[in-house]
Amino acid sequence: MDARGLADQLRPLLGDDAIITDHQRLRTYECDGLAQYKVTPALVVLAETTAHVAAVVRACAAAGLPFVARGSGTGLSGGALPHADGVLIVMSRMREVLEIDRANQRAVVEPGVINLQLTRAAQPQGYYYAPDPSSQQICSIGGNVAENSGGAHCLKYGFTTNHVTGLELVTPGGEVVQIGGKAIDAPGYDLLGAIVGSEGTLGIATKVTVRLTRTPEAVRTLLAAFPHTDQAGAAVSAIIGAGVIPAAIEMMDALAIEAAEAAVHCGYPGGAGAVLIVELDGPAAEVAHQFDEVEAFCRDNGAFEIRIAADDAERALFWKGRKSAFAAVGRISPDYIVQDGVIPRTALPEVLRRIAAISDEAGVRVANVFHAGDGNLHPLVLFDAAVPGESHRAEQVSGAIVDLCIEYGGSITGEHGVGSDKAKYMPRMFNHDDLDTMQLVRCAFDPSSISNPGKIFPTPRLCGEVPGRHKGAHPLADAGLAEVF
Amino acid sequence: MGEIILENLRAATEGHAVGATEADAVDSMPARWVALPVSTEQTAAVMRVAAHHDLAVVVRGSGTKLTWGARPERVDLVLDTTRMDTVVEHAAGDLIVVVGAGRRLDDLQAALSGSGQWLAVDPPRRGTVGGLIATAATGPTRLLHGPVRDLLIGVTVVRADGVVARAGGKVVKNVAGYDVGKLLTGSLGTLGIITQAAFRLHPLPEARRWVSVPVTEPDRIHVLVQQVVHSQLVPTAVELDRPATGDATLCLLLEGIPPGVQSRTAQALDLMGAGATAADNAPDWWGMEPLVGGEVLLKLTHEIAGLAPLLSVLDDACAATGLTSHLRGSVAVGAVTVGLTGAADAHALARCVADLRERAPSFGGAVVVLEAPGDLKADLDVWGPVGGLQLMHAVKRQFDPERRLSPGRFVGGI
Repeated sequence: MDARGLADQLRPLLGDDAIITDHQRLRTYECDGLAQYKVTPALVVLAETTAHVAAVVRACAAAGLPFVARGSGTGLSGGALPHADGVLIVMSRMREVLEIDRANQRAVVEPGVINLQLTRAAQPQGYYYAPDPSSQQICSIGGNVAENSGGAHCLKYGFTTNHVTGLELVTPGGEVVQIGGKAIDAPGYDLLGAIVGSEGTLGIATKVTVRLTRTPEAVRTLLAAFPHTDQAGAAVSAIIGAGVIPAAIEMMDALAIEAAEAAVHCGYPGGAGAVLIVELDGPAAEVAHQFDEVEAFCRDNGAFEIRIAADDAERALFWKGRKSAFAAVGRISPDYIVQDGVIPRTALPEVLRRIAAISDEAGVRVANVFHAGDGNLHPLVLFDAAVPGESHRAEQVSGAIVDLCIEYGGSITGEHGVGSDKAKYMPRMFNHDDLDTMQLVRCAFDPSSISNPGKIFPTPRLCGEVPGRHKGAHPLADAGLAEVF
Repeated sequence: MGEIILENLRAATEGHAVGATEADAVDSMPARWVALPVSTEQTAAVMRVAAHHDLAVVVRGSGTKLTWGARPERVDLVLDTTRMDTVVEHAAGDLIVVVGAGRRLDDLQAALSGSGQWLAVDPPRRGTVGGLIATAATGPTRLLHGPVRDLLIGVTVVRADGVVARAGGKVVKNVAGYDVGKLLTGSLGTLGIITQAAFRLHPLPEARRWVSVPVTEPDRIHVLVQQVVHSQLVPTAVELDRPATGDATLCLLLEGIPPGVQSRTAQALDLMGAGATAADNAPDWWGMEPLVGGEVLLKLTHEIAGLAPLLSVLDDACAATGLTSHLRGSVAVGAVTVGLTGAADAHALARCVADLRERAPSFGGAVVVLEAPGDLKADLDVWGPVGGLQLMHAVKRQFDPERRLSPGRFVGGI
């Protein structure tokens, strides 16, 4: 059966308005936040319940058709890029915050819930959801789970994987499995650890239990302007070296500042070669003391202007420039590639100089925006696709920056995920055996490789029948008794 | 045949393989050989020998938690990691360390402390870092710094078939590929042999204070814990020590810079009320397992607000079976250990565990038997019900299809 046949099969169950087969409407789902990859799905299904998702996945499994789950479609690695012969399962109708459980410091949400929506739901009780990707106003928790999303504040508070304690998962075979819950350390393998960040390749989360974090007593934010990124980098090293763990340390270079000014008029100090945004949060006494230290470190390392946010409105203005930086680059360049490489933080000044050299040599502008505290770079490689050869040159610069990150012992992606975009870079970071071993996990969950195929791994592993099974599993497990003790 | 196997193991380890003694038995299951590879490559060579001769392999660090889990079905070879104890790289400026799996945690902490840093797992112990990962060992400071799984950023593993693989890396922020390190954490050596690990580190705090209060009534304990977790004290740890008789003690660890710790200590003393005291040192029970007579050790998890029901379920189950309990652990995290004494017969213990499991939904957690004397353990389901077990079996079949690694030790007979 093809996907069209599947549509007829699913219509009675999900309702006519949940099934999209019209080509024009299908095209609206042809890409996620990374618009350079486009594939029109064969069928789009708008799921409203776990039962819907399970039914669609079971139908796909029976027909041998691939499926791709999509949240808000804000991903930056083409992780939700549809499959031409497959079904795109849109999760955004499952958007209810099911429970804010203050006593247990947990929330239970449907995957289509927007990240910021969860924080807003928890705020009246003095709590919030800590992982805060820059897209938090539109990105979904389900997407965050798939991508193990980070954000500016993950330096102190960690990533999605550190905050998910339970999942309801529809496996690629269409079974509904409960993993973890409000309590931690469920017995057995840490399946949550494998699933969070697996980019939709191990199934679809239909319910998510997350930790809520106590709203800090105090938050203080400063913006420091430096003549050059070297001095800003030195200030970062001094801060971390003193044992201070800020909630966030973000850096932007001159070109990124220029773009942000053009787009959102954030009013950063003129003539800066780099700005740092440093935010501290926590108990008031600690924050007050360490904030003075941070200010001194910035001044000692050459900051020519330091602004301190007097209130939430000013803090929001500091962050506005930073959080809008990607989109803002559109003001100074028709096209751009966002990279997401990570380097050891101490290598920052050196790597920035080498990026500048690569940029000069190729004649391709690179704007730098990054999470300086954890060495997660977001170089924005600027180009004009209308000019012959520019796309190619930009792609080469982009690849050279990835190589640089690997050379310094870092990673090809810190938070955006591998998706469709960086699968080609995986063999630069991992060898055949590394990738083969990761794919053992894939084979365990999805032996037919129908759950978001073609993502993460450049070469799929054939799962096949496992050799040497002659010893079999434990007899109790084989008999299906092991779960009913 | 045995001679050839030993010879092959010695060839794989440059002579570091011997016949096993009684002391090498795993949970009273005798082993035949012990191999002590010094590197990932030698470990891989050992595993190829094991594959060739169809040997069941149990990996051992310091051996402090070798009796956790069910008794393995068979043990041919003990693979001892303790020669792989090198600190490969300590990048102090980047707050990371890469270390051989056989390094003892206390030795690692000693090596790091000169730089004012530590791997945020307390207390220091002679168990190895590989064992720390394999057992998902827990300590009080996980409340603030996270469990071992969250501190582990990269891993080198030798598979059952002798293939060497890496996952993660040595930067904290990294989402490239599956997080195999987390899957290995707590897998009790049933998926692969960890030979090297990279961890994120934390700066040692400038100041520390422990604030303790004696407290008796379960409801009062519950209320205090709730007040603490919803407060602005940001404790690094919240531990409860509740012996079989007498007062329980609730103890908070506050860390940071001196003025901050001072002000939060005052707030904590105020919040915890009459009888609360502050100290510069940890109580002597801090982070230790509550094994009085060394008989039975359970791990119970619970929802944070499931503490009062847990305490009452535990007291009921013990009263009904004539056992006494000593509970200790991280009540603001929801993971505690319980030492049970007086389990003269296996029947009473089994009934107690069954009672706890039956009523576990009231506290929202799980009940696992970590340690029990061999004759008692044989009749117990040490793991209890497990969610997602079919997926776990599938993972095991992929990583170790011939069930070579610690067969039978893990959940569902894995």
